[in-house]
Amino acid sequence: MTLPEYNFAYLDEQTKRMIRRAILKGIAIPGYQVPFASREMPMPYGWGTGGVQVTAAILGPDDVLKVIDQGADDTTNAVSIRAFFAKTANVATTTKTADATVIQTRHRIPEAPLSAGQVIVYQVPIPEPLRFLEPRETETRVMHGLEEYGLIHVKLYEDIAQHGHIATTYAYPVKVEDRYVMDPSPIPKFDNPKMNGSPALQLFGAGREKRIYALPPFTNVVSLDFEDHPFEVQKFKQPCALCNATGVYLDEVVTDDRGGRMYVCSDTDHCETRREEGHHGPGLPISGAQTVKEDAA
Amino acid sequence: MSTPNETRVEPASSGHVFEGGFADPVMDSQAVFRRVMNALAEPGTIADLAGFVSPPTPLSQATAAILLTLADYDTPVWFAKPENNDDAIGWMSFHTGAPRTADVFRASFAVLEKMSPVEAWSSFLIGTSDYPDRSTTLLLPVESLVGGEPLKLTGPGIETQTVIAPVGLPEGFVAVMAENRAAYPLGLDVLLVCGGEAIGLPRTTRIEEA
Repeated sequence: MTLPEYNFAYLDEQTKRMIRRAILKGIAIPGYQVPFASREMPMPYGWGTGGVQVTAAILGPDDVLKVIDQGADDTTNAVSIRAFFAKTANVATTTKTADATVIQTRHRIPEAPLSAGQVIVYQVPIPEPLRFLEPRETETRVMHGLEEYGLIHVKLYEDIAQHGHIATTYAYPVKVEDRYVMDPSPIPKFDNPKMNGSPALQLFGAGREKRIYALPPFTNVVSLDFEDHPFEVQKFKQPCALCNATGVYLDEVVTDDRGGRMYVCSDTDHCETRREEGHHGPGLPISGAQTVKEDAA
Repeated sequence: MSTPNETRVEPASSGHVFEGGFADPVMDSQAVFRRVMNALAEPGTIADLAGFVSPPTPLSQATAAILLTLADYDTPVWFAKPENNDDAIGWMSFHTGAPRTADVFRASFAVLEKMSPVEAWSSFLIGTSDYPDRSTTLLLPVESLVGGEPLKLTGPGIETQTVIAPVGLPEGFVAVMAENRAAYPLGLDVLLVCGGEAIGLPRTTRIEEA
Protein backbone atom coordinates (compact mmCIF):
# COMPACT_ATOMS: atom_id res chain seq x y z
CA MET A 1 0.00 0.00 0.00
CA THR A 2 1.30 3.42 -0.87
CA LEU A 3 0.79 6.24 1.51
CA PRO A 4 -1.33 9.17 0.39
CA GLU A 5 0.76 11.95 -1.08
CA TYR A 6 0.51 15.65 -0.52
CA ASN A 7 -0.76 17.80 -3.34
CA PHE A 8 1.90 19.55 -5.42
CA ALA A 9 3.55 22.19 -3.19
CA TYR A 10 1.66 20.90 -0.12
CA LEU A 11 -1.42 23.18 -0.24
CA ASP A 12 -4.75 21.96 -1.59
CA GLU A 13 -6.05 23.58 -4.77
CA GLN A 14 -8.86 25.58 -3.17
CA THR A 15 -6.39 27.16 -0.75
CA LYS A 16 -4.04 28.00 -3.61
CA ARG A 17 -6.89 29.63 -5.54
CA MET A 18 -7.83 31.74 -2.51
CA ILE A 19 -4.21 32.83 -2.04
CA ARG A 20 -3.79 33.46 -5.77
CA ARG A 21 -6.82 35.75 -5.78
CA ALA A 22 -5.37 37.65 -2.80
CA ILE A 23 -2.03 38.01 -4.62
CA LEU A 24 -3.75 39.47 -7.69
CA LYS A 25 -5.63 41.99 -5.53
CA GLY A 26 -2.38 42.86 -3.81
CA ILE A 27 -0.71 43.50 -7.16
CA ALA A 28 -3.63 45.71 -8.21
CA ILE A 29 -3.43 47.76 -4.98
CA PRO A 30 0.31 48.01 -4.20
CA GLY A 31 1.05 48.25 -0.48
CA TYR A 32 -2.51 47.43 0.63
CA GLN A 33 -2.80 44.45 2.98
CA VAL A 34 -5.23 41.92 1.53
CA PRO A 35 -6.82 39.63 4.14
CA PHE A 36 -6.56 35.93 3.33
CA ALA A 37 -7.58 32.69 5.02
CA SER A 38 -4.14 31.70 6.25
CA ARG A 39 -3.78 27.97 6.85
CA GLU A 40 -2.05 25.96 9.51
CA MET A 41 1.27 24.91 8.05
CA PRO A 42 3.58 22.15 9.24
CA MET A 43 5.74 24.74 11.03
CA PRO A 44 4.97 27.25 13.76
CA TYR A 45 3.77 30.75 13.11
CA GLY A 46 6.80 33.01 13.08
CA TRP A 47 8.82 30.59 10.98
CA GLY A 48 7.61 31.95 7.68
CA THR A 49 4.17 30.41 7.25
CA GLY A 50 2.97 33.44 5.29
CA GLY A 51 5.91 33.34 2.92
CA VAL A 52 5.59 29.59 2.57
CA GLN A 53 1.91 29.84 1.62
CA VAL A 54 2.60 32.54 -0.98
CA THR A 55 5.50 30.51 -2.39
CA ALA A 56 3.34 27.36 -2.49
CA ALA A 57 0.61 29.21 -4.38
CA ILE A 58 2.90 30.54 -7.11
CA LEU A 59 5.48 27.76 -7.43
CA GLY A 60 5.55 25.66 -10.60
CA PRO A 61 7.58 22.64 -11.64
CA ASP A 62 10.00 24.75 -13.72
CA ASP A 63 10.83 27.20 -10.93
CA VAL A 64 14.21 27.39 -9.27
CA LEU A 65 13.82 28.26 -5.59
CA LYS A 66 16.24 30.11 -3.32
CA VAL A 67 15.45 30.62 0.37
CA ILE A 68 17.38 32.96 2.62
CA ASP A 69 17.16 33.74 6.31
CA GLN A 70 18.82 37.05 7.27
CA GLY A 71 20.72 36.78 3.99
CA ALA A 72 22.05 33.30 4.68
CA ASP A 73 21.23 30.22 2.62
CA ASP A 74 22.54 27.86 5.28
CA THR A 75 20.58 28.63 8.45
CA THR A 76 17.85 26.42 9.90
CA ASN A 77 14.86 28.33 8.56
CA ALA A 78 16.28 28.61 5.04
CA VAL A 79 17.43 24.99 4.86
CA SER A 80 14.11 23.68 6.19
CA ILE A 81 11.91 25.68 3.82
CA ARG A 82 14.12 24.83 0.86
CA ALA A 83 13.91 21.14 1.77
CA PHE A 84 10.14 21.44 2.27
CA PHE A 85 9.59 22.59 -1.31
CA ALA A 86 12.21 20.26 -2.75
CA LYS A 87 10.16 17.46 -1.19
CA THR A 88 6.57 18.62 -1.72
CA ALA A 89 6.98 20.32 -5.11
CA ASN A 90 10.10 18.58 -6.37
CA VAL A 91 11.46 21.93 -7.58
CA ALA A 92 15.08 22.71 -8.28
CA THR A 93 16.76 24.75 -5.56
CA THR A 94 19.76 27.03 -5.64
CA THR A 95 21.73 29.36 -3.45
CA LYS A 96 22.70 31.60 -6.38
CA THR A 97 20.57 34.74 -6.50
CA ALA A 98 20.92 35.10 -10.27
CA ASP A 99 19.80 31.51 -10.95
CA ALA A 100 16.61 31.69 -8.87
CA THR A 101 13.16 32.40 -10.32
CA VAL A 102 11.52 32.54 -6.88
CA ILE A 103 13.38 33.79 -3.80
CA GLN A 104 11.74 33.42 -0.40
CA THR A 105 13.38 35.66 2.16
CA ARG A 106 13.34 36.35 5.83
CA HIS A 107 14.52 39.88 6.59
CA ARG A 108 16.96 40.62 3.74
CA ILE A 109 17.03 41.52 0.07
CA PRO A 110 19.98 39.91 -1.73
CA GLU A 111 22.95 42.15 -2.54
CA ALA A 112 22.98 41.10 -6.21
CA PRO A 113 20.38 43.19 -8.04
CA LEU A 114 17.18 41.29 -8.83
CA SER A 115 16.11 41.05 -12.45
CA ALA A 116 12.87 41.11 -14.42
CA GLY A 117 10.96 37.85 -14.18
CA GLN A 118 12.16 37.05 -10.67
CA VAL A 119 9.70 36.93 -7.78
CA ILE A 120 10.84 37.68 -4.23
CA VAL A 121 8.56 36.48 -1.40
CA TYR A 122 9.02 38.14 1.99
CA GLN A 123 8.14 36.50 5.28
CA VAL A 124 6.33 39.12 7.37
CA PRO A 125 5.65 38.91 11.12
CA ILE A 126 3.61 42.12 11.67
CA PRO A 127 2.32 43.49 8.35
CA GLU A 128 0.62 46.54 9.85
CA PRO A 129 3.08 49.48 10.07
CA LEU A 130 0.67 51.30 12.40
CA ARG A 131 0.12 48.36 14.76
CA PHE A 132 2.40 49.47 17.59
CA LEU A 133 0.89 52.95 17.41
CA GLU A 134 -2.75 51.81 17.21
CA PRO A 135 -3.57 48.28 18.38
CA ARG A 136 -7.10 48.12 16.95
CA GLU A 137 -7.36 46.64 13.45
CA THR A 138 -10.68 48.46 12.91
CA GLU A 139 -8.87 51.76 13.51
CA THR A 140 -5.81 51.04 11.39
CA ARG A 141 -8.12 50.03 8.51
CA VAL A 142 -9.81 53.42 8.74
CA MET A 143 -6.46 55.19 8.99
CA HIS A 144 -5.26 53.52 5.78
CA GLY A 145 -8.60 54.26 4.15
CA LEU A 146 -8.36 57.94 5.01
CA GLU A 147 -4.62 58.06 4.30
CA GLU A 148 -4.23 59.28 7.89
CA TYR A 149 -0.53 58.74 8.52
CA GLY A 150 0.30 61.59 10.87
CA LEU A 151 0.90 59.18 13.74
CA ILE A 152 3.77 57.40 12.04
CA HIS A 153 5.49 60.70 11.35
CA VAL A 154 5.09 61.56 15.03
CA LYS A 155 6.79 58.25 15.85
CA LEU A 156 9.75 59.13 13.60
CA TYR A 157 9.79 62.64 15.08
CA GLU A 158 9.96 61.20 18.60
CA ASP A 159 13.04 59.25 17.49
CA ILE A 160 14.65 62.53 16.52
CA ALA A 161 13.57 64.21 19.76
CA GLN A 162 15.04 61.40 21.88
CA HIS A 163 18.08 60.31 19.86
CA GLY A 164 18.83 63.24 17.57
CA HIS A 165 18.23 61.09 14.52
CA ILE A 166 15.67 58.59 13.22
CA ALA A 167 16.63 55.54 15.26
CA THR A 168 14.44 53.05 13.41
CA THR A 169 16.88 50.65 11.76
CA TYR A 170 14.71 47.82 10.47
CA ALA A 171 11.08 47.48 9.34
CA TYR A 172 11.49 51.12 8.37
CA PRO A 173 8.10 52.29 7.01
CA VAL A 174 7.74 53.14 3.33
CA LYS A 175 5.07 54.87 1.27
CA VAL A 176 3.99 53.07 -1.88
CA GLU A 177 2.95 54.98 -5.01
CA ASP A 178 2.25 57.98 -2.79
CA ARG A 179 -0.72 56.19 -1.22
CA TYR A 180 -0.26 53.33 1.25
CA VAL A 181 2.23 53.30 4.10
CA MET A 182 3.65 49.78 4.15
CA ASP A 183 5.81 47.68 6.43
CA PRO A 184 8.71 46.43 4.28
CA SER A 185 9.02 43.44 6.70
CA PRO A 186 11.93 43.51 9.16
CA ILE A 187 14.60 44.05 6.52
CA PRO A 188 17.34 46.47 7.59
CA LYS A 189 16.64 49.94 6.29
CA PHE A 190 19.83 49.39 4.29
CA ASP A 191 17.65 47.31 1.91
CA ASN A 192 14.76 49.79 1.60
CA PRO A 193 16.14 51.57 -1.49
CA LYS A 194 16.34 48.21 -3.32
CA MET A 195 12.53 47.97 -3.16
CA ASN A 196 12.03 51.16 -5.13
CA GLY A 197 11.65 50.54 -8.85
CA SER A 198 12.82 46.94 -8.59
CA PRO A 199 12.33 45.02 -11.86
CA ALA A 200 11.32 41.96 -9.80
CA LEU A 201 7.81 41.28 -8.48
CA GLN A 202 7.74 41.54 -4.68
CA LEU A 203 5.15 39.57 -2.67
CA PHE A 204 4.68 39.66 1.11
CA GLY A 205 3.01 36.98 3.23
CA ALA A 206 2.08 37.24 6.91
CA GLY A 207 0.73 33.87 8.06
CA ARG A 208 -0.25 34.56 11.66
CA GLU A 209 -1.70 37.96 10.80
CA LYS A 210 -3.38 36.58 7.65
CA ARG A 211 -2.34 39.29 5.23
CA ILE A 212 -0.81 39.34 1.76
CA TYR A 213 0.51 42.41 -0.01
CA ALA A 214 2.56 43.12 -3.08
CA LEU A 215 4.72 45.51 -5.05
CA PRO A 216 4.59 45.08 -8.82
CA PRO A 217 7.86 45.71 -10.69
CA PHE A 218 8.85 49.37 -11.10
CA THR A 219 6.70 50.56 -8.23
CA ASN A 220 7.53 53.81 -6.47
CA VAL A 221 8.59 53.03 -2.87
CA VAL A 222 9.75 55.92 -0.69
CA SER A 223 11.12 55.59 2.85
CA LEU A 224 9.40 58.10 5.15
CA ASP A 225 11.59 60.95 6.39
CA PHE A 226 11.72 64.70 7.01
CA GLU A 227 13.25 67.44 4.89
CA ASP A 228 15.80 68.24 7.62
CA HIS A 229 16.31 64.58 8.55
CA PRO A 230 16.45 62.77 5.22
CA PHE A 231 16.35 58.99 5.06
CA GLU A 232 19.80 57.42 5.34
CA VAL A 233 20.94 53.81 5.23
CA GLN A 234 23.44 52.20 7.57
CA LYS A 235 27.11 52.71 6.69
CA PHE A 236 29.91 50.39 7.75
CA LYS A 237 33.40 51.56 8.65
CA GLN A 238 35.16 48.43 7.42
CA PRO A 239 34.70 46.05 4.49
CA CYS A 240 33.58 42.42 4.87
CA ALA A 241 36.32 40.52 6.74
CA LEU A 242 36.01 37.55 4.40
CA CYS A 243 35.46 38.99 0.91
CA ASN A 244 36.47 42.65 1.36
CA ALA A 245 33.14 43.86 -0.04
CA THR A 246 32.07 47.42 0.67
CA GLY A 247 28.60 48.86 0.28
CA VAL A 248 26.99 45.66 1.54
CA TYR A 249 25.14 44.86 4.75
CA LEU A 250 27.43 43.30 7.37
CA ASP A 251 26.71 41.03 10.33
CA GLU A 252 28.75 41.30 13.52
CA VAL A 253 30.24 37.95 14.53
CA VAL A 254 31.73 37.52 18.00
CA THR A 255 34.89 35.44 17.63
CA ASP A 256 36.09 34.95 21.21
CA ASP A 257 35.33 35.89 24.82
CA ARG A 258 37.86 38.75 24.90
CA GLY A 259 35.97 41.24 22.78
CA GLY A 260 37.14 39.89 19.43
CA ARG A 261 34.68 40.33 16.61
CA MET A 262 34.54 40.43 12.86
CA TYR A 263 32.10 41.91 10.37
CA VAL A 264 31.06 39.69 7.48
CA CYS A 265 28.54 39.86 4.65
CA SER A 266 25.04 38.95 5.75
CA ASP A 267 24.37 37.70 2.19
CA THR A 268 26.28 34.40 2.17
CA ASP A 269 25.85 33.84 -1.56
CA HIS A 270 27.27 37.27 -2.35
CA CYS A 271 30.24 36.63 -0.03
CA GLU A 272 30.97 33.16 -1.42
CA THR A 273 30.70 34.39 -4.99
CA ARG A 274 33.19 37.16 -4.30
CA ARG A 275 35.62 34.78 -2.61
CA GLU A 276 35.36 32.41 -5.57
CA GLU A 277 36.24 35.36 -7.76
CA GLY A 278 39.43 35.75 -5.72
CA HIS A 279 38.53 38.55 -3.31
CA HIS A 280 40.19 38.27 0.10
CA GLY A 281 39.12 40.14 3.18
CA PRO A 282 41.49 41.14 6.00
CA GLY A 283 40.01 38.45 8.28
CA LEU A 284 40.51 35.59 5.85
CA PRO A 285 43.88 33.78 6.06
CA ILE A 286 45.31 32.85 2.66
CA SER A 287 45.23 29.12 3.48
CA GLY A 288 41.66 29.52 4.65
CA ALA A 289 40.76 31.11 1.36
CA GLN A 290 42.15 28.14 -0.53
CA THR A 291 40.15 25.77 1.64
CA VAL A 292 37.02 27.73 0.91
CA LYS A 293 37.71 27.56 -2.80
CA GLU A 294 38.20 23.79 -2.67
CA ASP A 295 35.03 23.34 -0.65
CA ALA A 296 33.06 25.30 -3.15
CA ALA A 297 34.48 23.53 -6.20
CA MET B 1 -24.50 31.27 1.41
CA SER B 2 -26.58 30.91 -1.75
CA THR B 3 -29.15 33.56 -2.37
CA PRO B 4 -32.18 33.16 -4.60
CA ASN B 5 -30.30 34.97 -7.34
CA GLU B 6 -27.29 32.71 -7.13
CA THR B 7 -27.60 29.48 -8.97
CA ARG B 8 -25.41 26.48 -9.38
CA VAL B 9 -26.60 25.38 -12.76
CA GLU B 10 -27.35 21.72 -13.35
CA PRO B 11 -25.48 21.14 -16.56
CA ALA B 12 -27.76 20.73 -19.54
CA SER B 13 -27.69 17.65 -21.67
CA SER B 14 -25.00 19.07 -23.93
CA GLY B 15 -21.95 16.85 -23.49
CA HIS B 16 -19.64 19.74 -24.13
CA VAL B 17 -20.37 21.05 -20.66
CA PHE B 18 -18.37 18.20 -19.12
CA GLU B 19 -15.49 18.17 -21.59
CA GLY B 20 -12.70 20.61 -22.22
CA GLY B 21 -11.50 21.44 -18.70
CA PHE B 22 -7.88 21.37 -17.59
CA ALA B 23 -6.13 18.14 -18.53
CA ASP B 24 -3.99 18.49 -15.40
CA PRO B 25 -5.88 20.79 -13.00
CA VAL B 26 -2.96 21.29 -10.60
CA MET B 27 -0.22 22.11 -13.10
CA ASP B 28 -2.45 23.85 -15.65
CA SER B 29 -4.02 26.19 -13.11
CA GLN B 30 -0.54 27.01 -11.78
CA ALA B 31 0.72 27.78 -15.29
CA VAL B 32 -2.30 29.95 -16.09
CA PHE B 33 -2.09 31.74 -12.74
CA ARG B 34 1.55 32.69 -13.23
CA ARG B 35 0.75 34.12 -16.66
CA VAL B 36 -2.23 36.07 -15.32
CA MET B 37 -0.13 37.25 -12.37
CA ASN B 38 2.55 38.52 -14.77
CA ALA B 39 -0.11 40.13 -16.95
CA LEU B 40 -1.40 42.14 -13.98
CA ALA B 41 2.07 42.81 -12.55
CA GLU B 42 3.27 44.08 -15.94
CA PRO B 43 0.26 45.79 -17.51
CA GLY B 44 0.28 45.84 -21.29
CA THR B 45 2.13 42.56 -21.78
CA ILE B 46 0.16 39.90 -23.61
CA ALA B 47 -0.31 36.66 -21.67
CA ASP B 48 -0.59 33.46 -23.70
CA LEU B 49 -3.39 31.37 -22.15
CA ALA B 50 -4.11 29.26 -25.24
CA GLY B 51 -4.33 25.51 -25.31
CA PHE B 52 -5.28 24.84 -21.70
CA VAL B 53 -9.06 24.46 -22.12
CA SER B 54 -11.68 23.95 -24.85
CA PRO B 55 -14.72 25.85 -23.59
CA PRO B 56 -18.15 25.98 -25.22
CA THR B 57 -18.96 29.11 -27.23
CA PRO B 58 -19.07 31.99 -26.65
CA LEU B 59 -16.37 31.66 -23.96
CA SER B 60 -12.88 32.40 -25.24
CA GLN B 61 -10.02 30.16 -24.22
CA ALA B 62 -8.51 33.01 -22.19
CA THR B 63 -11.73 33.79 -20.27
CA ALA B 64 -12.32 30.11 -19.63
CA ALA B 65 -8.75 29.45 -18.46
CA ILE B 66 -8.91 32.45 -16.10
CA LEU B 67 -12.24 31.26 -14.64
CA LEU B 68 -11.00 27.72 -14.12
CA THR B 69 -7.88 29.07 -12.41
CA LEU B 70 -9.46 31.65 -10.11
CA ALA B 71 -13.18 30.96 -9.66
CA ASP B 72 -14.69 28.60 -7.11
CA TYR B 73 -17.59 28.43 -4.64
CA ASP B 74 -16.34 31.63 -2.95
CA THR B 75 -16.58 33.76 -6.10
CA PRO B 76 -19.95 34.49 -7.74
CA VAL B 77 -19.54 35.06 -11.48
CA TRP B 78 -21.78 37.44 -13.38
CA PHE B 79 -22.51 36.99 -17.08
CA ALA B 80 -23.58 39.94 -19.20
CA LYS B 81 -25.85 37.81 -21.37
CA PRO B 82 -26.77 34.67 -19.43
CA GLU B 83 -29.40 33.83 -22.04
CA ASN B 84 -26.62 33.35 -24.61
CA ASN B 85 -24.36 31.50 -22.20
CA ASP B 86 -26.24 28.37 -21.11
CA ASP B 87 -23.42 26.05 -22.09
CA ALA B 88 -20.76 28.46 -20.84
CA ILE B 89 -22.40 28.82 -17.44
CA GLY B 90 -22.99 25.08 -17.16
CA TRP B 91 -19.37 24.43 -18.14
CA MET B 92 -18.06 26.93 -15.60
CA SER B 93 -20.29 25.54 -12.85
CA PHE B 94 -19.30 21.96 -13.57
CA HIS B 95 -15.56 22.66 -13.67
CA THR B 96 -15.24 25.26 -10.89
CA GLY B 97 -18.31 24.99 -8.63
CA ALA B 98 -18.62 28.76 -8.87
CA PRO B 99 -22.16 30.11 -8.64
CA ARG B 100 -23.54 32.25 -11.45
CA THR B 101 -25.02 35.38 -9.93
CA ALA B 102 -27.67 37.63 -11.43
CA ASP B 103 -26.75 40.37 -8.93
CA VAL B 104 -24.09 42.57 -10.45
CA PHE B 105 -23.16 43.88 -7.00
CA ARG B 106 -22.21 40.39 -5.79
CA ALA B 107 -19.89 39.54 -8.66
CA SER B 108 -16.26 38.65 -8.00
CA PHE B 109 -15.77 38.18 -11.72
CA ALA B 110 -17.83 39.58 -14.57
CA VAL B 111 -17.82 37.94 -17.98
CA LEU B 112 -18.67 40.79 -20.33
CA GLU B 113 -19.72 40.86 -23.94
CA LYS B 114 -17.77 42.56 -26.70
CA MET B 115 -18.46 46.32 -26.76
CA SER B 116 -19.93 46.10 -23.26
CA PRO B 117 -21.61 49.47 -22.55
CA VAL B 118 -19.32 51.19 -20.05
CA GLU B 119 -22.18 53.19 -18.48
CA ALA B 120 -23.30 49.94 -16.81
CA TRP B 121 -19.89 49.36 -15.23
CA SER B 122 -20.67 51.72 -12.37
CA SER B 123 -22.81 48.94 -10.86
CA PHE B 124 -19.84 46.67 -10.29
CA LEU B 125 -18.10 46.46 -6.93
CA ILE B 126 -15.17 48.82 -6.51
CA GLY B 127 -14.47 47.90 -2.88
CA THR B 128 -14.69 50.11 0.18
CA SER B 129 -12.07 52.43 1.66
CA ASP B 130 -11.45 49.82 4.39
CA TYR B 131 -11.42 46.90 1.95
CA PRO B 132 -10.63 48.09 -1.58
CA ASP B 133 -9.92 44.47 -2.53
CA ARG B 134 -13.64 43.61 -2.39
CA SER B 135 -14.08 44.54 -6.02
CA THR B 136 -15.11 42.96 -9.31
CA THR B 137 -12.59 41.80 -11.90
CA LEU B 138 -13.90 42.38 -15.42
CA LEU B 139 -13.16 40.00 -18.27
CA LEU B 140 -13.70 42.10 -21.39
CA PRO B 141 -13.53 40.43 -24.80
CA VAL B 142 -12.17 42.47 -27.69
CA GLU B 143 -11.77 41.82 -31.43
CA SER B 144 -7.99 41.82 -31.23
CA LEU B 145 -5.29 42.75 -28.75
CA VAL B 146 -3.11 44.29 -31.48
CA GLY B 147 -3.55 46.45 -34.55
CA GLY B 148 -5.88 49.11 -33.18
CA GLU B 149 -5.50 52.69 -32.05
CA PRO B 150 -2.49 52.96 -29.73
CA LEU B 151 -3.08 53.57 -26.03
CA LYS B 152 -0.26 54.70 -23.75
CA LEU B 153 -0.02 52.95 -20.38
CA THR B 154 1.87 54.18 -17.34
CA GLY B 155 1.87 53.16 -13.69
CA PRO B 156 3.17 50.41 -11.40
CA GLY B 157 4.55 47.44 -13.31
CA ILE B 158 5.65 49.63 -16.22
CA GLU B 159 9.21 50.98 -16.21
CA THR B 160 8.49 54.15 -18.19
CA GLN B 161 5.55 53.63 -20.49
CA THR B 162 4.16 50.96 -22.77
CA VAL B 163 1.70 50.97 -25.64
CA ILE B 164 -1.18 48.62 -26.37
CA ALA B 165 -3.43 48.75 -29.42
CA PRO B 166 -6.49 46.59 -28.94
CA VAL B 167 -9.32 46.55 -31.49
CA GLY B 168 -12.96 46.62 -30.43
CA LEU B 169 -12.89 48.46 -27.12
CA PRO B 170 -16.27 49.79 -26.02
CA GLU B 171 -17.11 53.43 -26.63
CA GLY B 172 -15.92 55.59 -23.74
CA PHE B 173 -13.43 52.99 -22.48
CA VAL B 174 -10.54 55.42 -21.97
CA ALA B 175 -12.76 57.89 -20.12
CA VAL B 176 -14.26 55.26 -17.82
CA MET B 177 -10.81 53.87 -17.05
CA ALA B 178 -9.64 57.39 -16.20
CA GLU B 179 -12.53 57.66 -13.72
CA ASN B 180 -11.59 54.23 -12.41
CA ARG B 181 -8.00 55.40 -11.90
CA ALA B 182 -9.20 58.54 -10.16
CA ALA B 183 -11.12 56.43 -7.61
CA TYR B 184 -7.90 54.63 -6.59
CA PRO B 185 -7.43 52.70 -4.31
CA LEU B 186 -11.01 51.70 -5.09
CA GLY B 187 -11.72 50.46 -8.56
CA LEU B 188 -12.19 47.69 -11.09
CA ASP B 189 -9.41 45.52 -12.45
CA VAL B 190 -9.83 44.65 -16.11
CA LEU B 191 -8.50 41.81 -18.21
CA LEU B 192 -8.83 42.32 -21.97
CA VAL B 193 -9.27 38.91 -23.56
CA CYS B 194 -9.17 37.74 -27.14
CA GLY B 195 -8.98 34.09 -28.15
CA GLY B 196 -6.25 32.55 -26.04
CA GLU B 197 -4.59 35.81 -24.99
CA ALA B 198 -5.12 38.44 -22.32
CA ILE B 199 -3.82 41.86 -21.27
CA GLY B 200 -4.05 42.94 -17.63
CA LEU B 201 -5.17 46.46 -16.77
CA PRO B 202 -5.21 46.77 -12.98
CA ARG B 203 -6.79 49.85 -11.41
CA THR B 204 -3.36 51.48 -10.99
CA THR B 205 -2.74 51.74 -14.73
CA ARG B 206 -3.16 55.15 -16.35
CA ILE B 207 -4.50 54.80 -19.89
CA GLU B 208 -4.22 57.66 -22.41
CA GLU B 209 -4.80 57.93 -26.11
CA ALA B 210 -1.29 58.04 -27.57
